[in-house]
Amino acid sequence: MNGMTIIVKNISSWIKILIFLFGIYITLFGHLTPGGGFAGGVILASSYILLTLAFGKRVTDENLPLWLASRLDCIGALLFLAISLVGFLFGASFFFYNFIQQKYLAQHASDFHLVSAGTIPLSNFAIALKVGASLFMVFLVLSTFRPGEPAQQE
Amino acid sequence: MKIPLPWFVAIPLAAAFVLPMFGEKVRKTSLAIANGTMALLFLFSIFSLGRQDVYLVGRWTIPFGINLVLDGLSELLLLTVSVVSFASMVFSIRYMQRYTGLSKYLSLFLLMVTGMNGVVLSGDLFNLFVFLEIASIASYALVGFGCEHEELEASFKYMVLGSVASMFILFGVAMLYGMTGHLNMAYVSQALQGASLRLPVVFALAMFLAGFSLKAALVPFHAWLPDAHPAAPAPISAMLSGVLIKTLGIYALVRVVFNVFGVSPEQDWSIHLSWLLITLGVLSMVIGVFLAVGQWDFKRLLAYHSISQMGYVVLGIGIGALVIAQGGSHTWAALAILGGLFHLINHAVFKSLLFLTSGSIETATGSRLLKDLGGLAEKLPLTRTTCTIASAAIAGIPPFNGFWSKLLIVLAAVWAGHVWLAAVTVLVSLVTLISFLKVQRYAFLGNTPAHLDSVKENGGSMSWAMGFLACLCVLMGLLLLIPDLKTTILDPAVNTVLNGIQYAGDTIANSR
Repeated sequence: MNGMTIIVKNISSWIKILIFLFGIYITLFGHLTPGGGFAGGVILASSYILLTLAFGKRVTDENLPLWLASRLDCIGALLFLAISLVGFLFGASFFFYNFIQQKYLAQHASDFHLVSAGTIPLSNFAIALKVGASLFMVFLVLSTFRPGEPAQQE
Repeated sequence: MKIPLPWFVAIPLAAAFVLPMFGEKVRKTSLAIANGTMALLFLFSIFSLGRQDVYLVGRWTIPFGINLVLDGLSELLLLTVSVVSFASMVFSIRYMQRYTGLSKYLSLFLLMVTGMNGVVLSGDLFNLFVFLEIASIASYALVGFGCEHEELEASFKYMVLGSVASMFILFGVAMLYGMTGHLNMAYVSQALQGASLRLPVVFALAMFLAGFSLKAALVPFHAWLPDAHPAAPAPISAMLSGVLIKTLGIYALVRVVFNVFGVSPEQDWSIHLSWLLITLGVLSMVIGVFLAVGQWDFKRLLAYHSISQMGYVVLGIGIGALVIAQGGSHTWAALAILGGLFHLINHAVFKSLLFLTSGSIETATGSRLLKDLGGLAEKLPLTRTTCTIASAAIAGIPPFNGFWSKLLIVLAAVWAGHVWLAAVTVLVSLVTLISFLKVQRYAFLGNTPAHLDSVKENGGSMSWAMGFLACLCVLMGLLLLIPDLKTTILDPAVNTVLNGIQYAGDTIANSR
């Protein structure tokens, strides 16, 4: 796969950055505006999917190979789990203790700002990592298999 | 020791995502982590026996937050899942040597355990559905793990029918949410008791019945099981047949029918529902066993027996429901439900043992077709012994565990006044015996074919796992015979089912 024509390549090399930024925006402002980890992750993955479609598989193999996507996927899930567990260190005896909000932010930050809502933006970030990486992997795996060809190992 | 309930979900989930990080090179470490996780869960589930607890996730009160409920029925299933998955995981150490992608296998295995523990503990309908999907999707992937033509086909068939079942369940959940405005089982149950609309309630119940029956592979819904269970690697077959169809199918069905909808003489659909359960049970028993007798593939034969044995469980529970619905004595209802639930855990143990022995035979000889085998009694002494014990247990021969639960079901059927049900139960047991005599005859006795001369017993972890389950098969009758064990393990589960819609009040009281 060598990718598409020069027009597509030129335009998508501009657009991919915008899509990626938009994904980051949706993720970071997930607790304030519509969107969140899942939607942000899907947009992040779609920027890489655009890259693959426009430039061919070799480019994404250098940027985000399958093994790295797999690791990011696991890190996202573990991060989410860690956020739910860290509350135990901060004196709570239950899962999903919003320790940042309770301990630090309640006095200082005001609502409806970027730095508010405690652990929720962190959870959004973890979900975006998980969803983005796994959706991109789904795309890669589906595009890898062809009838008659042996499956590629990672 | 009081273990926070989310550990049961969080620990296998964490292990499932840690394992793929190592990659393929460190097989020993991965296996050690996975086995350690299962051993830990096994210990935790033992420590949790005899405890009534409601856990509010994030300390949000119900009905707004998510709650996890531990009661008698959950404890029983949690223990069963832990025992079977622990044995299967130990068995995997040696069995999985011939497969690549070990870390993926272990990761999916642990995700399946996560899902099942979640289903068993979940206190609201939507999370029940979510965990059910986690377990199902992990099992679709595991069925196709060998990546051969037959396995992928079975996996695809399983996935299609499993997704249909999930849609039914989701639709039922949506209807209940639309009617009651709650997802929490306790609140749904309370709202349903005062519900004025009868038809939508029955329709939602029908949705649940169809969905969970598909997951449990009761007879009109069984088409996926005889393909899916033999296609999976042997420890996964043991998990699927041993616990997956029970937690996703029977447990969820019992929970929804008895604790959410509530079977009682006042509800006029109760009697119809009970007869429906009995019909499903009898159909599964009879058709499953007659399909099993003719099979020559060992694992396929076992898969058909799973259908048949699930029929026993549903029959016991159905008789219990019928007695309650007719306003009969709660003692007989308790006996029938005890028979059903006891058979559920017995079946988990002996059927997973049978699948593990089939895996042992397959590893040793490279075949699982009974006609290709023969004379393995001397070559594989341990496999032969454990397989015979499990065969005796499934056929209901006295000292073994299967006998006691079948006895309870027969007694309950007679006392409930349905002698023909008891007769069918005994007849099916006889046919089961015939088909397992066939297994013994063709696999272990007779002449050894020339190509099996150099066969050796599988030592190591495989023999430990099989020995462990065989000991349980022999000893589990004691659960019924020793009063202390009965009152800590079996009785709380039966009481949870019998008390029916008191579940709502108990849960709400415990969550304060």
